[in-house]
Amino acid sequence: MSHAVILPVLLPLVAAVAMLLLPSAARMLAVLAAVALVGVAALLLGLAADDAVRVYRLGDWQAPYGIVLVLDRLAAMMVAVTAVLGLAALMSAIGGNDREGRHFHPLFQLQMAGLNGAFLTGDVFNLFVFFEILLLASYGLLMHGGGAARARVGIGYVVLNLVGSALFLISLGLVYGTLGTLNLADIALVLPGVPAADQALVRTAAALMVAVFLLKAALLPLSFWLPHVYAAAGAPVAALFAVMTKVGVYALLRVEVIGFAGAPATAGLLQPWLPVLALLTIAAGTIGALAARRLAGVAANQVLVSTGTLLAAVAAGNATATAAALYYLPHTTLVTGGMFLLAGQLAQLRGAMGDTIDNGPKVRGALLLGGAFLVLGVAAAGVPPLSGFLAKVMVLQALGDTALGPWMWAGLLVSGLVMALVLARAASALFWEAGDEEAPGPKLPRGAVLALVLLSAAGPVLALAAAPVAGYARAAAEQLHARQPYIEAVLGARPAVQRETRP
Amino acid sequence: MIAGALLFVLLAPFVGVPAVVLLQRLHRRCAAWGAAAAMAAGLAVLAPFVPRVLAGETLVARWQWLPEWGLDFALRLDGLGLLFCGLILGIGLLIVLYAAYYLPEKDRLGRFYAMLLAFAGGMLGVVLAENLLLLVVFWEVTSLSSFLLIAYKYEAREARVAARMALAVTGGGGLALLAGVLLLGQVAGSFDLSEVLARGDVVRAHPLYPVILGLVLLGAFTKSAQFPFHGWLPAAMAALTPVSAYLHSATMVKAGVFLLARLYPVLSGTEAWMVVVGGVGAVTFVYGAYVALRKDDLKGLLAYSTISHLGLVTLLFGLDTRMAAVAAVFHIINHAIFKASLFIAAGIIDHEAGTRDMRRMGGLLRLMPWTGALAIVAAGAMAGVPLLNGFLSKEMFFAETIGHPAFDGAARYLLPVLAVVGGVLSVGYSVRFVHEVFFGGAPRDLPRTPHEPPRWMRLPVDVLVALVLLVGLLPQVMVGPILLSASAAVLQGEVPAFRLAIWHGFTTPLLMSVAAMLGGLLYYRFRHVLFALHARLLPRDGGQMAFERAYRVAELAAMRAMAWLDPRSLPAYLALLVGFVLVLGVWAWRGGAPADLAGPLAWGSVDPLTGFGLLVLAVGAGGTVLLHRRPLVALMLLGVAGLMVSLGFLRFAAPDLALTQLSVEVVTVVLLLLALRYLPQVTAAESGAARRWRDAVLAGLGGLGVAALTFAMLTRPFETISGWQIAHSVPGGGGTNVVNVILVDIRGFDTMGEIAVLAMAALGLHALLQGLRLPPAAGVASAQPGEGLPVMLAMLMRPLLPLALAVSVYIFLRGHNLPGGGFIAGLVTAIALMLQYVAGGIDFARARLRWNYVKVLGAGLGVAVATGLGSWVFGRPFLTSTHGYVDPPVLEKFELASAMGFDLGVYLVVVGTVMLCLTELGAVSRSGRVGG
Repeated sequence: MSHAVILPVLLPLVAAVAMLLLPSAARMLAVLAAVALVGVAALLLGLAADDAVRVYRLGDWQAPYGIVLVLDRLAAMMVAVTAVLGLAALMSAIGGNDREGRHFHPLFQLQMAGLNGAFLTGDVFNLFVFFEILLLASYGLLMHGGGAARARVGIGYVVLNLVGSALFLISLGLVYGTLGTLNLADIALVLPGVPAADQALVRTAAALMVAVFLLKAALLPLSFWLPHVYAAAGAPVAALFAVMTKVGVYALLRVEVIGFAGAPATAGLLQPWLPVLALLTIAAGTIGALAARRLAGVAANQVLVSTGTLLAAVAAGNATATAAALYYLPHTTLVTGGMFLLAGQLAQLRGAMGDTIDNGPKVRGALLLGGAFLVLGVAAAGVPPLSGFLAKVMVLQALGDTALGPWMWAGLLVSGLVMALVLARAASALFWEAGDEEAPGPKLPRGAVLALVLLSAAGPVLALAAAPVAGYARAAAEQLHARQPYIEAVLGARPAVQRETRP
Repeated sequence: MIAGALLFVLLAPFVGVPAVVLLQRLHRRCAAWGAAAAMAAGLAVLAPFVPRVLAGETLVARWQWLPEWGLDFALRLDGLGLLFCGLILGIGLLIVLYAAYYLPEKDRLGRFYAMLLAFAGGMLGVVLAENLLLLVVFWEVTSLSSFLLIAYKYEAREARVAARMALAVTGGGGLALLAGVLLLGQVAGSFDLSEVLARGDVVRAHPLYPVILGLVLLGAFTKSAQFPFHGWLPAAMAALTPVSAYLHSATMVKAGVFLLARLYPVLSGTEAWMVVVGGVGAVTFVYGAYVALRKDDLKGLLAYSTISHLGLVTLLFGLDTRMAAVAAVFHIINHAIFKASLFIAAGIIDHEAGTRDMRRMGGLLRLMPWTGALAIVAAGAMAGVPLLNGFLSKEMFFAETIGHPAFDGAARYLLPVLAVVGGVLSVGYSVRFVHEVFFGGAPRDLPRTPHEPPRWMRLPVDVLVALVLLVGLLPQVMVGPILLSASAAVLQGEVPAFRLAIWHGFTTPLLMSVAAMLGGLLYYRFRHVLFALHARLLPRDGGQMAFERAYRVAELAAMRAMAWLDPRSLPAYLALLVGFVLVLGVWAWRGGAPADLAGPLAWGSVDPLTGFGLLVLAVGAGGTVLLHRRPLVALMLLGVAGLMVSLGFLRFAAPDLALTQLSVEVVTVVLLLLALRYLPQVTAAESGAARRWRDAVLAGLGGLGVAALTFAMLTRPFETISGWQIAHSVPGGGGTNVVNVILVDIRGFDTMGEIAVLAMAALGLHALLQGLRLPPAAGVASAQPGEGLPVMLAMLMRPLLPLALAVSVYIFLRGHNLPGGGFIAGLVTAIALMLQYVAGGIDFARARLRWNYVKVLGAGLGVAVATGLGSWVFGRPFLTSTHGYVDPPVLEKFELASAMGFDLGVYLVVVGTVMLCLTELGAVSRSGRVGG
């Protein structure tokens, strides 16, 4: 019995427990856990690469009666992205403000557990539970460090997401009350057999679930909260949040492809409106980036652009589009995370100016920060030769044939140009227009520098390793869209599920 | 062999980037040597392949990068590529030398050479790319590195803005090119030039051809500063002169015309090509030449001259005859050579005289005779004076304008006249350059008295002007072979016979040249008339500040758009969410097969008691909404609703849920009461009537929607797996209470997640309230310690505590088989402890309950996780349970499942959560007491 599949959830959970019991060792435990998680993620990537879908039966209860975790290429990739981003965010926090309030580290670990659980679970109610863990942990992390601005947006964040949770619960109730199961593979199994008279109800239940995922992913018009929240969070937290919207995208992709797309009752649920809204989200993020007065605001709007791009690919609903999205996803997550960290560093060094895009004092370590800005900016704007450009080439090719193809092309290309100009303007203001006086701030902490270097390396590394990464993404997409390997791994080749009619 | 060589040529500049940064630490001269070495090495490595390329071979090398997506690291060396490599590396070498002298001593050159090398590498990539997507990659590398190069003097605002402008225009064009190339690749079925070039017919016949052409031309025109995308080039004159000399002679701007040449076999040969390329080229040719004369800035004049000459090259490609293409290639060579020398000379003058304003100069030939003489020769080439290289290509151009097949009748004079007009204007500004700077009396107002520059600084001009003369005098020897092979690469077929010679006899082109010369002199003589006319009729051109203004306007518009789009209020966000869900839900319902809301099941009847309970529930819920501005009352009503839900659970035979719901209600109401202490007793109305109606309608519809869906669900039979769970509760989970078995065993993983959520809620509260001290809100009775405590309750509660704890142990133990379990037991314990607070006040209770509740939380989670991990010892998955019977003395025999360990964790977390919240909320005002 290999327990590797559950490690991404258990490792941070155990770390959080240890931190609560031994608060004085929290930092050390945090680093250990973060590094170990990267190791675990690498192990899972290695496991998943053989194209087998691995199932972990919690409590040894067989699916669909009990809960299972499922490791396939897609899940392993999401865990890996989270682990790397988490390590960087953590190092940056340790060099920064982790001691400005209580319980940063346990909350951080639980956040990691929640993320990984959401990626690995094969059960939609369990997904809800992990969404709750995510929400609570993220709320605690968001409020970390205090301050009126955070309190204001924090309330909005938590209320909005609680409404989302309620909606998720309603949707799950409807799903269980109609399909009689919560296991995703089993849902995929029973969906095609839904009688005609029940199809409208099942379709509506599915639509509600889609809405929940879209709120998490921040699709227009459910996206306005995001720039405020992300710009208000502390830099390490905002960096970690870069992966939070991806949970929504991931959940939609997983549930749509494995479950909804394969049955008449729920097929075509995302058409024709999702591509339109995705495009509008890209537009809104682009306009928002142009309007942003702070670098963190620019990064937050980049998150919206990436949501729009990813959801456009999800809406396309084919393996090619998914493959493009799965190369784009690690790129955009890590690069945007790096941008948040950079904004945080600059804000610390520039004193009262913060990360406002306006000429301020000269910053210490401008060469390092400027270099990081160049690399992150080039990657983020999709300028060659870094990962952003390659991702753009893939996404454009994948979306060219879709209904909104030409519009998508125009939207993505214009968005890239505007983003490049916004970042150029920011670079000009932050690094070139600086006065001669060096700001009397502290030096850059070593952890923060390491974190920045780690995430800045993402663009070049993903570009150099484009062939293996894109190959992995392609295989992951094909594995997902094949559907049958997933269902068979969870339920067996000849599923014999005991059901009875109620009432 | 060729593969390694090409890779070396391409990578040497990029390897040089970090190298020069390191080398500058030794000495600034080391950085220069490093940069020169990177370029010279490229030339040296290419040399052995020159004969093969001149013989017409196309050498291709290929490495995989992203084969699935059409992007390969594939390089090709043909005549055109070789020609450009020579220009990029040769002129680059001279620029490296020149910059070492041009840049001030304090400048350590590392940063400059790093950017220059990156740029050169990008250019080499463009001209060596075999894969079209790779070409785009390097195309944008040049956009990016030119951005950095132009902003090298970033202290100067014009330089910063000019850099961003160049990025906007050329980067934007690059994106259009990317789109064009992607389409071209789709249509041609490959991104490899070798294949694309062979499929011109397919491409031109495809319905997407106009789109592809438009996008590719956008890329080419922006890069080559063609009208109306030319604005960035004069603005980029804010850059250092070595940068201008490099970017605007041999490289950056030439990338655009290179692209025209590269894709000539695929895209040319249609009317659209001729009209657009020829038209834009012609306009740019004349417009640039016209503006150039009006520039007082030396570099401004050269900038517009560059625009004009690029227009000329574009026009030649647009003429779309085979000979015109040859002339275009020839003029690319000539222009690169004379324009580089002129920029360098202008830089020397600027360096020596301290200004670039021609109005302040005059008679410099006497002060710097050698430089002056060289510059005059180069300017002659620019004007098209015989015996110089510019003359030859201009003659070819004139010849091509005569008798062009696309024009007949009176229109056939159009092109020659246009050519002569352009020629006249070119001669005009060239004359101005020569006359105002080097002749015309003495310097009028120079900051410094100029003299000859150091020998090595002038060497690049020497070399380039020597080339101007050599090509002019011995064209066939100097450029014949490379021109032939480059033209062959452009035409991908037979090259028309051409004869490079100084003297072709008395021909019409010669006549046109003479006319242009004389006209130009006259034009220069009477330029003031035109200037006056221009000042009266035409607006001033904006340059980079116009760009900056436009950018600011865009920024402002974006801010307005966001202010208009983003409501910035939580109620509005919620309204959007509910509205979105409603629309999506209704749409989804209608998208399914038509169905009635009501299912086939018969409706049950409602007995009076249940009906009454439902009514109370509705009143409680509705009242909470209506009275929400009086939080205390609203909370009471919420409690009523919660109570009715508990009773409802009881009524429908769910005792576990009823117990849980009941205790949860008690705990939350008490905790909320504590929190309300710090809030006003009546809150102000914050929204107007319109918004309240909007919200009421949305909320009403939302409620109706959920009710309708629930109704639809409950009136339909369904198949479920729950029977299996009931059947396996005893054999698999060891408990007869299937609810508890599901909670702690079958779906124990969910429960573990939920207790983590509980714990986090408490931790979050603990963190949020850290250091917070608030007085109770106005109107809340502030009790002094010991005052007004409920004496009767206190008397009752203290003996009750052990009893309550015993009850919770009982509930805990029996949980697996009868209603109960860790969650409920925890709540019962918490309520018992809570009552101690209510009865005795916070200080009393605190003094007696000195627990670190954070550690209780940790212990609870820890016990739960450890129980789960225990199953690993037996080689089973996480949370696998086992069970058996224990028969302890005194007590009755009962069943013990390992899941009870897990349930103990749940118990601890629940107690810890409630108590942490209670003590923290109570401690916010130190004299606090539960219930206030």
